[in-house]
Amino acid sequence: MRLLTHNFLASNVRGVSTGYPLALEVAKSSIKEVELNADFLRGILPKLDWRALVAAASAAGFPDLLAAEQPQEAELFADGAADAEGSAIRRLHHALLEIHVDEGALVCPDSGRSFPILKGVPNMLLHEDEVRH
Amino acid sequence: MIFLQLCQLKSVNSKVMYILRHPRETLAAAAAAQEHTSERAQRRRREGGSGGEMPRPEVQAPPEIFYNESEARKYTTSSRIIEIQARISERALELLALPNDGVPRMLLDIGCGSGLSGETLTEHGHHWIGCDISESMLDVALEREAEGDLLLADMGEGLGLRPGVIDGAISISAVQWLCNADKSSHEPRLRLKAFFGSLYRCLARGARAVLQFYADNVKQTEMLVSFAMNAGFAGGVVIDWPHSSKAKKSYLVLTCGSPSVATSLPKAKGQDGEMCSSDDDDDDDDDDESNDDQTVGTYGRNRSNKRRKVNNNKNGRGRDWLLRKKEQMRKRGREVPADTKYTGRKRKTRF
Repeated sequence: MRLLTHNFLASNVRGVSTGYPLALEVAKSSIKEVELNADFLRGILPKLDWRALVAAASAAGFPDLLAAEQPQEAELFADGAADAEGSAIRRLHHALLEIHVDEGALVCPDSGRSFPILKGVPNMLLHEDEVRH
Repeated sequence: MIFLQLCQLKSVNSKVMYILRHPRETLAAAAAAQEHTSERAQRRRREGGSGGEMPRPEVQAPPEIFYNESEARKYTTSSRIIEIQARISERALELLALPNDGVPRMLLDIGCGSGLSGETLTEHGHHWIGCDISESMLDVALEREAEGDLLLADMGEGLGLRPGVIDGAISISAVQWLCNADKSSHEPRLRLKAFFGSLYRCLARGARAVLQFYADNVKQTEMLVSFAMNAGFAGGVVIDWPHSSKAKKSYLVLTCGSPSVATSLPKAKGQDGEMCSSDDDDDDDDDDESNDDQTVGTYGRNRSNKRRKVNNNKNGRGRDWLLRKKEQMRKRGREVPADTKYTGRKRKTRF
């Protein structure tokens, strides 16, 4: 599971109002390199919860990867930033799409329910009494 | 009958399923059921209209049990299944009508299974999140090195995603499972409501969802559409190749937001397009009004009792009822005979 997906996931347990952000516990993670696409990042940026992303990145072992506050769009998408090593956009790309959590757990902030991650797949199945209908 | 649904399965599977569907029944009953299975299977095969074909997976077992390892294996080995899946996914992506600007989008694949449909999305350069209820199918997806992120989740419990983050959703042959009650705790209406509600929330404004499904009957299609409309979606059903029994495919094409010119339905393939767009829109309006009459999981016994009760009340048309009706007619300005002591009195039998 990439941190991008973690940023979108929320807990669905009965009685939980927001269930976001899920606390990330990482036992094993890996890096898979993919090509950077600035257009995709530009589209995804307004949808991101920056704080949750920073917290997830530090849980995955990269506490200094991202700035504490969301950088300005002009700074991120400046000309040539995509090719410059260590630029803000490169680090964002690395955090969102290249860090994979293989083993660990997601913990609901409200109910404390833990969703295990096995082989990179979070198990979000609920028990019968947790389904909100 | 539940027994009918057991027939095509091996003994072990059917036992498991039987317990799941009827937790309170005993194993002895399950064993007794098995004695009948082969005979019933033959009969059903004879009765089944399309001559000797396998019944749809939905009537055989719940998805997490039907898609076991051997069934999941087919999705890597059968070139026919792979080809069909790829073709449907292509079409779904086409109906999704994403802007043609080459920018990758964040898509959702509901019931992604072994990631075959996701592969099509990856080929087009999109990022995707897939969710499925079958662990075996997800294992196959991992084996195939699916590019998207996978979630083990039940769509009937609602999609656990933040609002407005997904640019489009596709689903290949999955949503019809929601019409089944596979566990005693399942209530199809609630599951459909939870699914469409959460789908609507997680999609960005103006985003589309294309859900390919196999409906058992017209009622099921109507029910899916009406729940989608109640969740706030605009759109309807597009049926490709409606005259072919094999190639016929139904797509629920939904748009987030209010109906407008931009949300009009795309044309279906293999026909003149008269059925898919205009007629379906009309149907949808009807569904909105009559969705309380939709029935799934309401079995004959309960319903007929209810009806009888209502009829009994109606049949007791005494003097009070008659006077009320006359008053109503008077209010509408009709000419009504005056109320007398003879009003609503029974005639003598000799008349």
